[in-house]
Amino acid sequence: MDLNIKTREYTTVAEVAGPLMIVEGVEGVAYGEIVDIITPAGDKRRGEVLEVREGLAVVQVFEGTRDLNTATTKVRFTGETAHLGVSIDMLGRVFGGTGKPIDGGPEIIPDKELDINGAPMNPTAREFPAEFIQTGISTIDGMNTLVRGQKLPIFSGSGLPHNDLAAQIARHAKVIGEETEFAVVFAAMGITHEEANFFMRDFERTGALERVTVFMNLADDPAIERITTPRMALTTAEYFAFEKGMHVLVILTDMTNYCEALREISAAREEVPGRRGYPGYMYTDLASIYERAGRMVGKEGSITQMPILVMPQDDITHPIPDLTGYITEGQIVLSRDIFRKGIYPPVDVLPSLSRLMSGGIGEERTREDHSGVSDQLYSAYSEGRDLRDLMAVVGEEALTERDRKYLAFADEFENRFVTETKDEDRTIQETLNLGWELLSLLPEAELKRVRAEHIPKYHPAYKQ
Amino acid sequence: MITGRIIKIAGPVIVGDGMKGTQMYEMVKVGSEGLIGEIIELEGDTATIQVYEETAGIKPGEIVESTGGSLSVELGPGILTSIYDGIQRPLESIKAQTGDYIERGVAVPALAKDKKWKFIPKIKVGVEVKGGDIIGEVQETSSIVHRIMIPPKVAGTLKSVAAEGEYTIEEDIAEVETSAGAEKIQMMQKWPVRVGRPYKAKLDPDIPLITGQRAQDTFFTVAKGGTAAMPGPFGSGKTVTQQQLAKWADADIIVYIGCGERGNEMTEVLKEFPELEDPKTGKPLMDRTVLIANTSNMPVAAREASVYTGITIAEYFRDMGYDVALMADSTSRWAEAMREISGRLEEMPGEEGYPAYLASRLAQFYERAGRITTEGTEDNVSSLTVVGAVSPPGGDLSEPVTQNTLRISKVFWALDSSLADKRHFPSIDWLQSYSLYVESISSWWNTNVGEDWRQLRDAAMVLLQKESELQEIVQLVGPDALPDKERITLESTRMIREDFLQQNAYHEVDTYCSPNKQYGMLKTIIMFQENATAALDRGAAPEDVIALSVKEDIGKMKYIPEEEFADEIKAIQEKLIKQISEV
Repeated sequence: MDLNIKTREYTTVAEVAGPLMIVEGVEGVAYGEIVDIITPAGDKRRGEVLEVREGLAVVQVFEGTRDLNTATTKVRFTGETAHLGVSIDMLGRVFGGTGKPIDGGPEIIPDKELDINGAPMNPTAREFPAEFIQTGISTIDGMNTLVRGQKLPIFSGSGLPHNDLAAQIARHAKVIGEETEFAVVFAAMGITHEEANFFMRDFERTGALERVTVFMNLADDPAIERITTPRMALTTAEYFAFEKGMHVLVILTDMTNYCEALREISAAREEVPGRRGYPGYMYTDLASIYERAGRMVGKEGSITQMPILVMPQDDITHPIPDLTGYITEGQIVLSRDIFRKGIYPPVDVLPSLSRLMSGGIGEERTREDHSGVSDQLYSAYSEGRDLRDLMAVVGEEALTERDRKYLAFADEFENRFVTETKDEDRTIQETLNLGWELLSLLPEAELKRVRAEHIPKYHPAYKQ
Repeated sequence: MITGRIIKIAGPVIVGDGMKGTQMYEMVKVGSEGLIGEIIELEGDTATIQVYEETAGIKPGEIVESTGGSLSVELGPGILTSIYDGIQRPLESIKAQTGDYIERGVAVPALAKDKKWKFIPKIKVGVEVKGGDIIGEVQETSSIVHRIMIPPKVAGTLKSVAAEGEYTIEEDIAEVETSAGAEKIQMMQKWPVRVGRPYKAKLDPDIPLITGQRAQDTFFTVAKGGTAAMPGPFGSGKTVTQQQLAKWADADIIVYIGCGERGNEMTEVLKEFPELEDPKTGKPLMDRTVLIANTSNMPVAAREASVYTGITIAEYFRDMGYDVALMADSTSRWAEAMREISGRLEEMPGEEGYPAYLASRLAQFYERAGRITTEGTEDNVSSLTVVGAVSPPGGDLSEPVTQNTLRISKVFWALDSSLADKRHFPSIDWLQSYSLYVESISSWWNTNVGEDWRQLRDAAMVLLQKESELQEIVQLVGPDALPDKERITLESTRMIREDFLQQNAYHEVDTYCSPNKQYGMLKTIIMFQENATAALDRGAAPEDVIALSVKEDIGKMKYIPEEEFADEIKAIQEKLIKQISEV
């Protein structure tokens, strides 16, 4: 960035529409430049240049355009793209959606000024993520394993306990054999005060607060602010991870609100919409957030992302979960049907997936039988679920003995393997042993996915 | 050179003024940092330019400089084992310049200009040569010989050729006396990416591309020089399936384009390929591979260019006489990049916001595949096979990219998320998928593998079709209501599905399955079906047939190593016949 240009101030606002403002008669304005806006009442707001032509700039106003006028609003072009001052002192602090401290503490003295948009990580500089993170949740550890440097979202529905699950994971996440705990960067976008309080209380209750940095944009804050909130959070996370060598878990909630804000700006700019009115570049935009997870060759730290998104109408084909799923390395799907049965956490393992699982499990990482057990549980549970549908039509009597065993397996699987209490922290050994216990409900000849040599070693029938 | 000024910037699209005299698709340098861009619209004095790098910080008034040429790739020794971004900049060199993150404005050469390669001439001075003729060779990697060709459009008498020795790719190694004067030839050629390289004639694709994947080879084969489309919702295993093809397909050269996909996936490829051995040569797979990686968070315009960069490199190796396979993962991201640029140009949108020219661009791309006779004096036959992954939003196959792709490609591998949920991988839906090459490649299989291959394949397909009908009945009335014979059918199709179609990419033996093994496995299953049905006619009870222990052997066929397979399968088949005859 050219830093020697003078700051230029204009009062030539020509148009204000939705979150956008058009300033005329400007000179030397750069695309992506940050803008300070002084409202007629004297408040200061920030904005970013979305489009420039000769003598004209389209500015997106982060804190909303309320109270702005075309007569006395002052616009100052700062000559810089959006930056965030970062420091290790940010741990244990709470910031607003635009990066100002809101916990009553002092301003941060920055160690570095970083561009909040980051830069794409060079694929050749990446280290392939392969270190198993134990979350204490069997459905995740056993069947959809999370590894350090992965981006694994939770696809939820409104009213489902995704917040409890996320908080539980943040609390229990650890790498076996390592003492260091994860630093947590928490970015809230458009969530309610109540939800925000839940997370803050949980962090306090468990003494986690000193290793947490919070960026908070609440439901009644301007929607447009949400565009910068996750980028601030990730910039901080990158600083912690790759400059300070920490392992960082980033929780982004709720990405649906973020995408709504994106759509709002797109509509205000009168762009050609893609599916359901979301902008055609939403994939690229989401990628610029999600791809900021990973490990780097020769660097100590890592960024693991756990975005939470509420699927509108529980529809996984909605553009937001759909595009997210194409970028992230899997997804944990919460199901309303399972929730209605009173099961917590209501993870539906069938549509859930962890793409980086195979690299993070096995002999030296978790246990040699892990992948076999996981595959076998998957196929058995899936068969059990199919049979439930069949039973609903033809009745239980019409089923064979083998089929009934699968039905019983599916029930036990949900009641024992999926179900956990909110403070439970199962080890991977416990999870896999539980898996074997459930598999022992099935005839041994049906266990084709596990390696033959593992059956005598782990099958409960061979124990004692 | 023409120099203009920027008058508008909106994301990756900028407008320059004072650009009269520039051409469509001409490459330009934008702003003080000289970012690379390409002209995509001309109107009077103004040119609209898509920029291949991040444009934040650029101001109106900065300069735009034309370069006189269109976006081209450099072709010559040094391409193999490289990993490039969408406009052929080596990511390793970018890393050396800007560190772990990709900063903009990096100018790095696509091929190392100072490296010396050992050139061995293969032609005599004085002969008539034309474009495509091979004048010499360079051993580029342990498994691939890089054939140095006369560039297209050059023809005349070969005046001189360099002696065997070490040369850089820019040194003159030959001279041709053409009608327009003497033309000096270097090892490196340049070729514009949006133009297909010439060939003499297109041939019928009648040789299968063996991929070692049972579902693809036995049921839905793609021919060498053919086109295949692989649509699938997220989580259906598209990338793993695509990577399996890149690893095991029996092509000489693999070009893998990661177009708008995940960074960690490219890292996985980078980590795995050098460690994997080519089953034919025993050499590292990386030695025959070129990677183009434009991940989802890299600039969108370069993503648009990446498929062209990839296919031009692929054509170049095809011209040397090699069988080349190109994998593009995913063409949907490419189409979305087109949509994004089109939106910025405020063009009238077609379906779902995609530009109206989506269909023609897709068709042009897939048409660059084919089995051909190469240019040059001799008729060499080579091929370029294209496999495009498609990521339909919400798994909805009626969307424009999938539909327009299916109109062109001859093979359709439908990946299904419900199969993936059951961990049935590869999740290729056997009822929806098809291959239009089955007819033309049958004779290859019948001659080279087994003379009843076609019958076995068709018999298995009929059984699978029958199964889906039977499943509907089972859903209504329960499995007990089925006639005995149909219970054997269900048992046989379960074998086809679980013991044949399912293939574990992560299992050291199962990851690759030779054509002979595929044939042996399928034959055994069909043998079971035929013998079991015959046993029922003799009065055997279906329960007894289903309870036979040979079923377990059939279930483990896939894990038998190739070298032991011939003996073991014989034993299983004998056991099968014996057990059924004893029922």
